[in-house]
Amino acid sequence: MSRTKTHVATTINGDAVEFLCEPQQTLLDVLRDGLHLTGSKEGCASGDCGACSVTLDGRLVCACLVLGVEVNGHSVETIEGMADGENLHPLQQKFLEHAALQCGVCTPGFLVAAKALLDVEPDPTETQVRYWLAGNLCRCTGYDKIVRAVLDAAADMRAS
Amino acid sequence: MSDSENKSSGGNGLKWVGTRQVRPDGVDKVTGRASFGADLHVPNMLIGKVLRSPHAHARILSIDTSKAEALTGVKAVVTREDINDLPSEMVPAGEMMVNYRDITRNVMAREKVLYEGHAVAAVAAISESIGLEALSLIDVEYEVLPHVIDVMESMKPDAPLLHEGMITQGLEPAPEKPSNVAKRVEFAIGDVDAGFAAADVIVEREFNTKPVHQAYIEPHACLANVAKDGKAELWCTTQGHFIVRGHCAKLLGMDISKLRVTASEIGGGFGGKTVVYLEPVALALSRKSGQPVKMTMTREEVFRATGPTSGAHMRIKIGATKDGRITAADGLFHYQAGAFPGSPVQLGCMCAFAPYDLENARTVGFDVVVNRPKVAAYRAPGAPIAEYGAECVIDELAKKLGMDPLELRLKNAAKEGTQTVYGPKLGVVGLVETLEAAKAHPHYKAPLGKHQGRGVASGYWFNIGGESCATLNMSEDGSAHLVVGTPDIGGSRASLCLMAAEELGIDLDKVHPLIGDTASLGYTFLTGGSRATFATGMAVVEAAWDVIDKMRERVAKIWDIPVDAVIWEDGHARPASSNAGAFEPMSVADIAAMANKTGGPLVGNAAINAQGAGPSFGTHIVDVGVDIETGHVEILRYTAIQDAGKAVSPGYVEGQLQGGAVQGIGWALNEEYVYGEDGKLQNAGFLDYRIPVCSDVPMIDTVIVEVPNPTHRYGVRGVGETPIVPPMAAITNAIEQAIGIRFNELPMSPPKVLAAIDASKGPLADAAE
Repeated sequence: MSRTKTHVATTINGDAVEFLCEPQQTLLDVLRDGLHLTGSKEGCASGDCGACSVTLDGRLVCACLVLGVEVNGHSVETIEGMADGENLHPLQQKFLEHAALQCGVCTPGFLVAAKALLDVEPDPTETQVRYWLAGNLCRCTGYDKIVRAVLDAAADMRAS
Repeated sequence: MSDSENKSSGGNGLKWVGTRQVRPDGVDKVTGRASFGADLHVPNMLIGKVLRSPHAHARILSIDTSKAEALTGVKAVVTREDINDLPSEMVPAGEMMVNYRDITRNVMAREKVLYEGHAVAAVAAISESIGLEALSLIDVEYEVLPHVIDVMESMKPDAPLLHEGMITQGLEPAPEKPSNVAKRVEFAIGDVDAGFAAADVIVEREFNTKPVHQAYIEPHACLANVAKDGKAELWCTTQGHFIVRGHCAKLLGMDISKLRVTASEIGGGFGGKTVVYLEPVALALSRKSGQPVKMTMTREEVFRATGPTSGAHMRIKIGATKDGRITAADGLFHYQAGAFPGSPVQLGCMCAFAPYDLENARTVGFDVVVNRPKVAAYRAPGAPIAEYGAECVIDELAKKLGMDPLELRLKNAAKEGTQTVYGPKLGVVGLVETLEAAKAHPHYKAPLGKHQGRGVASGYWFNIGGESCATLNMSEDGSAHLVVGTPDIGGSRASLCLMAAEELGIDLDKVHPLIGDTASLGYTFLTGGSRATFATGMAVVEAAWDVIDKMRERVAKIWDIPVDAVIWEDGHARPASSNAGAFEPMSVADIAAMANKTGGPLVGNAAINAQGAGPSFGTHIVDVGVDIETGHVEILRYTAIQDAGKAVSPGYVEGQLQGGAVQGIGWALNEEYVYGEDGKLQNAGFLDYRIPVCSDVPMIDTVIVEVPNPTHRYGVRGVGETPIVPPMAAITNAIEQAIGIRFNELPMSPPKVLAAIDASKGPLADAAE
């Protein structure tokens, strides 16, 4: 295992960020352990749980399946960049209103994934929401209130 | 006027309790700001990693850590030598008991490794990659032993022994030879044989279930920091930091008062975070290295080394008269404990027939060790397994009697005064109300299509009370900081703040909750047994009354009248009557603003051992559709009905019902630990151990029934555990109605369903061709 670090220049939540990382380190390792952006969670490190969902150049990815060195020259958005200053994103607000979280550890991943859905499909059906979010595991809620929150947020965003 | 009437904020006219509010920790959790077990970083921190056994069963001949210690960047290595050996001593952990002799061996193997994944050594290094390299440099010499994975195999006389000296408890006379059977338990009322003799119809069936994991999304994680003088801080994700403190101090020979444990935000637990794994190891590494040590488990480690719940084998026999009166029920249960004694078989025996008012009943249970990770509590530990078997037999009995399954349940339903098999009579309970609600629900009458079926089942869980403390620190603006010691796993802070706001008569946004560390308030038992909102809720109400009494005293001084002449009403101190004098009522804010002039800061305290937990019954209705070509079972519609006593925070009560139901759906249809011949777990990841995902389930409808628990101020019963009890039987019963095949084994995964369809050799098998 090489421990020689590579220099990476990237954009995270709109800010120019530089970091050094070992070749085997994932984007998730870099975000959490290097940059202390711990909103992205590690639930599995194998791309099965979606708790580390971020977008890479606008595309939804699991940060645990992307190497840190791969984001050189690219743009990453995390949960920390989702609210606009003092204002929560409508999805964040609807998750609160619908009690769409219990322990909350999967919540950042669900929000990032749901936002990526609404970016490409502002008027999803329940089935579309369920299949889009099938890569995000939640063990607490049974998904009911999460799906309702996403549908409600989508309706609000379309209206405004 | 009695004291409690003095303090009443008014009967049913509740302002906060029972309303839907945004939870106080919500914004932190939707913005990524909330700090979970693995989210803390401190300066000079090392990373700890664990070396685990590759064998299911082996004697440890030697451990050589010298090469690992010599690696640059490695700061400490620990083995069994660094953790205390302890004698047998049972201590409570949630609803289950644990033995210190076993905990210390589970945290770090001593004489033998007893399952694949058993911890053998651990290192602390300046980076994860150096730590992993160091693990590969530790030489462990094993003498591999034969292993046993299956519970019935493990009970055979020639089975490999996990604990060479273990004599079965609960047998008279005690056996002379050791075995893998740790304990036999029995509960009985009436005369079962006479009951069966009086029966017109008897159904007897055997069932098998597989171990399933709690599968909380957040892996175990902690950060330990031991100072040179022995003072230590531990940050960890746990359901009970006071429990962690006790266990760690014991295992490391530390003075309990020198260890301060802080509970991080917890990313799910469901019972699985009521015991210690990494925490004592991180403390040992920190003590040895003199630096803070952070440890997190990988998902694979969570599956291989932490407790799932038991797999089990059971036989259930129930008899009834022609008119549907149950005359006897008999159950025999064999539960896997994992590598150390302590399955929840006793709880299973107590719950199996709890939904029924029986004259004659008996349950016998065996606690059996096998070469698997030691089981941990999982949501109503023991009950879902036993009640699954019982509720399937009840359904079959109803069919044989030609009765509606809800009617059969109503005819025999447990109610106030019902004699339980385990001793006490039930107090006020709401099973009948859930059954009536199920019968009246439109779901129960909705039409079904081809290869679709509907099933129902009921479920029971005791719920518990226990030690809880609460402190209300009033600020000079009349707001309050509420400090409690039960980690918030599913929204309990919201419920506790609602109760505090209700009692004090202040707005909810004036109550700010904090989960205090083990140094900041008195001993508080863990979050489990569905006790947090009930027991800590009681403490919160008492703390509020304590500070209200103090505020009445202050106002009495200001008005210069006796304290008895000051009453508390609608969040204000008022004169008790016109005789007491004419004074303008004073609000909490008014009184708090003058606190320093009237005697100093205002603080309310409560330290209680909550008694009188109210059991909770639930009834679920499920519709399934079976794809006879693939064996896939689809959940078409689901309704979960439960008696909550009083839903303080209804959105989160619904969430408990929905979450429990979906965990039960996973247990019924897909989840299982798969072992190879080599005794190794083959599906230690979320890809192969597949919990339900969003597209697997429909909306989960809920009906909250409220039959108040008379011992709680607001009537609260625990609600979190009961909802995982009914789903497995309800789904089994629905599949039977859909395709005419009755399964007696979990999970009912597509290959098993398809094989059963093929084996049925009837029109179904022909259609599937």
